[in-house]
Parts: sequence; structure tokens; C-alpha cells
Amino acid sequence: MIQNDMSRRRLLGLGLGIGAAASLTLAGCGGGDDSASGPAAGNGGKEYTGPKVDLKLWNGFTGGDGDIFKTLVTQFNTEHQNIAVSVATYQWEDYYNKLPGAASSGNGPDIAVMHMDQLATFAARGVISELDDVAKNLELSEADFAPIVWKGGLYNNKRYGIPLDMHPLGFYYNKAVMQRAGLDPNKPPTTKDDFTAALVEFKKAGVQGFWISPFQFTGGMTFYSLLNQWGGTLFDADVAKATFNSDPAVEACTWLVDMIKQGHSPANVGQDAEYLAFKSGKNAFTFNGIWQINDLKKSPEVQWGVAPLPQIGSKKATWANSHNFTIVKQRANDANKVAGSKVFINWLSQHSLDWAKGGQIPARKAVVESAEFKALPEISALAPELEYAAFPPAAPGLGEVITTFYNSFNEAALGKKTPKQALDDGVAKANKQLEDNRKKYGS
Amino acid sequence: MADVIEVGAARGDAPPPAANAARRAASAGRTRRATPYLFLAPYLVLFGVFGLLPIILGLWLSVHQWDFQLPNRPFVGLDNYKQLFSSDSAVYGDWWESVRATVIFTVLSVPLLVVVPLGLALLLNRSFPGRTFFRAIYFAPYVLGVAVIGLLWRFLLDANLGLVNRLLGAVGLPSDTPWVTNMPWAWISLVGVTVWWTSGFNAVIYLAGLQDISPELYEAARMDGANAWQRFRNVTMPGLRPVLLFVITTTVLASANMFGQSFLITQGTPGTETRTVVWFIVEEGLRNNNAGRAAAMSIVFALMLAVVSIANFRIFRYKED
Repeated sequence: MIQNDMSRRRLLGLGLGIGAAASLTLAGCGGGDDSASGPAAGNGGKEYTGPKVDLKLWNGFTGGDGDIFKTLVTQFNTEHQNIAVSVATYQWEDYYNKLPGAASSGNGPDIAVMHMDQLATFAARGVISELDDVAKNLELSEADFAPIVWKGGLYNNKRYGIPLDMHPLGFYYNKAVMQRAGLDPNKPPTTKDDFTAALVEFKKAGVQGFWISPFQFTGGMTFYSLLNQWGGTLFDADVAKATFNSDPAVEACTWLVDMIKQGHSPANVGQDAEYLAFKSGKNAFTFNGIWQINDLKKSPEVQWGVAPLPQIGSKKATWANSHNFTIVKQRANDANKVAGSKVFINWLSQHSLDWAKGGQIPARKAVVESAEFKALPEISALAPELEYAAFPPAAPGLGEVITTFYNSFNEAALGKKTPKQALDDGVAKANKQLEDNRKKYGS
Repeated sequence: MADVIEVGAARGDAPPPAANAARRAASAGRTRRATPYLFLAPYLVLFGVFGLLPIILGLWLSVHQWDFQLPNRPFVGLDNYKQLFSSDSAVYGDWWESVRATVIFTVLSVPLLVVVPLGLALLLNRSFPGRTFFRAIYFAPYVLGVAVIGLLWRFLLDANLGLVNRLLGAVGLPSDTPWVTNMPWAWISLVGVTVWWTSGFNAVIYLAGLQDISPELYEAARMDGANAWQRFRNVTMPGLRPVLLFVITTTVLASANMFGQSFLITQGTPGTETRTVVWFIVEEGLRNNNAGRAAAMSIVFALMLAVVSIANFRIFRYKED
């Protein structure tokens, strides 16, 4: 789709499953503390005691996750008499196009859900506000989150996003196909050797076990994961130069392209074909987003399991992104609305266990470590990936550069160019794009 | 010029007794002059707001580095245009690749979209049982939105799981054609789907044109002993000329503006080879927030299309001479 990180597909697939649990704790609710309500009528998110405010919230949760999100908002509204949150849902792609215009014309939302890799762009463009005081007042710190998720909310050392969840790539394996090939369906491979040995067994059984999609979803994201596993990076530390044609990157790309050459994957895999083939038992292994868990649960005939990505390269790594709450800058600077927004963000962050049931790993450590979360077997199976997930770096305008990266992989996977050539060409273009961005954002 | 001065002079020299009449006449003249503009006013307002203003704004944007969210939008002169033509800019390669894609698609699709619907219209213009049914059937795909036909064909044309390859395999033909991911198949698919999708529309235009041709002309031609081909060449084609001009012009513009099909079916693959100009402009302007550059592209593209359309009209005018 336009091969953009924000493709709606990511969230189209995002989990289904409704259900706000009954065991919700009441937190951050506006109390009767009349004395402490300064001009902001709030204190960075703990409570809100000012006059009633109507808040608009935008998100892109178009799948079943949208229902669970709305259920949570309804619950928030009943618990908070002086805050009324209304939700508008758009496809992510439209959403990111619409948001800046709406915000600058005064028709934007008060609260916006945003992917981590969009924060820098929207912060640099002045669409969203700093949230350092929220974090401080809620006594949120790195220790409450996986460090990588927490740091991802920063841009120029200022906080713009409060992380809600993270969604990594997972390793889905088809148990029926494994059994057919004489493999233990409860022991998915975890190393490169086991992984390739299994593929050989599948081949003997007449199955092309691991389809390589040339598209961002999900071949590009698989390549991104492996590139990190091989120790490569997309950009240098300052995000000044593209580095995805380094030797490790070329090796990772070659390893994937060789899957096609060795017959473990057909050539010219179409969009979603690898996932449809997985569901129908035509392949055995696929790396796909955590959001597919709820989709697979709807297909009881498919026998499947999910595990962290096997370690193919020299270290563990996986593609991941994260939803963050942001507060949109308003032309009419209404301190009450800002205070109310912060209360909402805090409340939902504390209810992220319920959000997890929509198919996400909560960002809050306490929730990840809770017994309730562990009781969600598939989703918690991917929780260890939090430690080594590779999030996109924070720099404004990076979306188009990452698209260039995915397009390079596309050319390699479709055999239009060798991996080396495709990545070299991509890096040459990406460097020009990065230079343009530097001029534009002055960073 | 001389006439105008004389008229003015005559008015100025008009003797006092005639002044009232002259004024009345002048006032009537003003009303008469104003009438067409009054009638035009509703359209002019719409055209001004939604046509002229955006064009002027587009020109303004195109000489700035424009991101409406950033506080400074520096004037960059013709930089945005220069970038399109200088091979060391970040946008040069993508821009010309998208122009190339658009030209390829237009050149491949227009002849088919002009000829196939004409044949269809000729057939559907004959009287036979079930004619209305077939007219409806051939027009039906056009009713569907591009999102529907895009998703539909993406699944049908999938190289490994799609119905098209499976059917081809069943009759012993190659069953691994990469319809949507590799060349030249991606273009064949895009053109094929577009012909399937939009032929009905042009066919309806042709049908209307065919029914405007007087039956007497055919009768006269038949009496003169003209055969079917001669009747087609000498009666149908001249009768259809204005319709044909309309169909060709609109089809060229529609094909040049293609966006949805490649966005949904091939998703630009392989690489970005099937990414069209309009898609790239949308991406630059709305996704990458380079509105200035996107405006420059739009203007260059509009000029290209203007040249093509003028050439189109010229060719048809010469034919009439």
C-alpha cells in the first residue's frame, strides 16, 4: 500500500476480541479535591477537578481492537463525571494524512494515538505537545516500562508519547504441517540450524515451508528483523546516513532471497499470500505481527502456535512498533482539556491489561509481569521479545526513508536486482532523502 | 480601435436634449453586458474557489518549500522544478520513473479503451434478444469502486494462490505467471483489469453517439450499394467523430491519472516500477509533507497533459479539413 509503516493493514489485522474485564481498578478518577485545582485544574494526569470537558480522541484501531478500545473509553466516561471522551476512528493511513491539517485548522482531536516512529515527525512539525510533566506527575519512569519502549517516546530528549503497548513480529508455526513432516509440533525451532533443518524436512514432505513476501507486510518486516539479528542497522547512530547496505544487511537479505532460490519459498509471493498459505497449510512457518493472533483464533481448524522469532543471525532481534498516546496542540490553549486528556491517558495506561486482550503486549512492566497477562498464552509468549525488539529510530520525516528501505527489499525479493545492488541503490536514495530532511527540519 | 474612439467621442458630444435617452441606452447596454455574467456567476464562483484559486495556490506552493505545519516555509524559487530535472536530487529518479509508468500505462491502455468499447457498442447497437441484459452486464463492472475491483483482482491474480493461475494450470498452460509482481505481467494485468473495468462507460458514450446517426444515411448508403465495411467507414465513423474526440480525450486523461489500480493491485511492484505520477504526487504532498515539490510536479504534469490534449484536438481538426 503505499508501503508505509502506517499501513492500515497492520491494524486491520490487529487483534479481535472484545471484552473488558470486570476486575478493573478505579484509578486517577477526579475526586472532590477542590483546593488543589490551579489554573490547569489538574496535576499532570493524576486527577481532574475542573469544569466538565469534552475531549475528542482519534485513533486508527479499525479492527476488533477498535471495539475493545471503545469499551474501555465508555468505562472511563462512566467513571469520570467531568470528562467526556468521544472517539473517532480512521484508517491509519488516512489518519496520519488528516491529523496535521485538522490540528492546524482547529478541528483536530485533543488526544491522538500514534505509532512510535511517527512521534518525531509530528513533534518536529509542532502537532503534538510535550508530556514530560505527565510522566513526572504520574511517577512514570523507565523502570515501569521496557526501556526500549519508554525511550521511543522521546524526541530531542523530550517526551511526546506515553506508550500504551508494543506489537512485535512473532514466529507462527503450523502444527499440522510440522506433524506431517515428522517434526515435533510443540518444539518450534529456535536456532538457524534447527530452522533450516526443519525446512529441509518440509521440502521432503512436498511443502515450501517459509514463503518470502516481497512486500513490507511481512517480508520487509522479516528482513528488518533479520538485519538487526545480523547486527546491522538501518541508519548510523545520528540517523545521518543510511547503513542498510552494510555486509550484515546484505547477508541477511541474501539469506532470505536464498529461501526462494533453494525452493523453500515460491517466487513472486503476493501481498498476504504467505499468511493465507499458512492458514491453509500450504506453508509451515511465517513471521507475522502479533495482531494475527486473534485472527487465527477465529479459525479453529488451523492448528498453530506462536513463539518469539528464532535466532537466525548472531543475536536475537525482532521488528516491533508501539502505540503511544499524544496530546495534540490546540489553537485555543484550553488548560482544562489538557488536564483532562492527561487523566485519560493515565487511566488507560493503567488498564492496559484489558488492552492486551485486543492482541497487544502492554507497555507497562507491572502488567506484563502480572498473572492475568500470563494467562493470555499466545500474547504473553511474545512478551520476551520486549527485551530485544528493534524499534525504528526517532527522527522526523523518516517514514519515506523507511519506505525506500522496504522498496529495496522488494526489488531483491522479486529478483529484479541482487541483494547487494538493491540495497546499494536504496541507500544512495535514502541518503539523499535524509539530507532533504535535515534541510527541512534543521536537525 | 478607431471605432471605439468615435463612439466615445459621439457620446461625449451628444447634445443635452438627447442626454437622457443616451443614458438610458447606456444603462440598458450595461445590463445587457452584465446579463451573461450574472448567468455565469454561480459557475464562476465555483470555478474561482475550486478551480482558479487552487491553481494559483499551487503555483505559489511550487516556489516554496512548503510544509503547512512548519513555521518557516522558505521561498525557494524554481528549486522544486529544478529538482525534477536534475539527476542528483532525491526525487529525480522516482519522478521520472513515475512519468515512465504513466506513459506506459496510457500508451497501452488508451487504444484498447477506445477500440474495445467501440466494438462492444456496435454489437450492442444491433437488435437481438437480451440486448438490454448484455448492455447492463458490460456496464456493470464500471459501477464498482476501485477498491472493490482492486482487491478482487489482487486475489484472483495472485501468482501462487490465485484463481487465474489455477485455471491456466488446469488447461495445461503455465500456472506460475507473476501477474502482479513482475514485468511485463504487471502492466498486462493493470491494463487488462482497467479495460474490463471501464470499457462499459465508453461503450455507453459510443452507443449514444451511434443512436444519433440518422438511419436515413445508412439507408442511402445501402441503396448506393455500400457494404458493411463501407457503411462503417463512411457513415458510422464520420458520425462518431465528435464522440470519438470526446472518448479519446477523456480516456487519455483518465489513463494518465491512473492511481487506484496500481496502488491496490500491484502496489507499485516490482520495486516502484508501476507507481504512477498521481500516486507519487499524493505520496510526496500528503505523506511526505513536501507540498511545494508535489505542487511543482502537479504543474509539470498538467502541462504535459495539456500538450497531449492540444495535440489530440489538432489531429482531429486536420482530419476534418
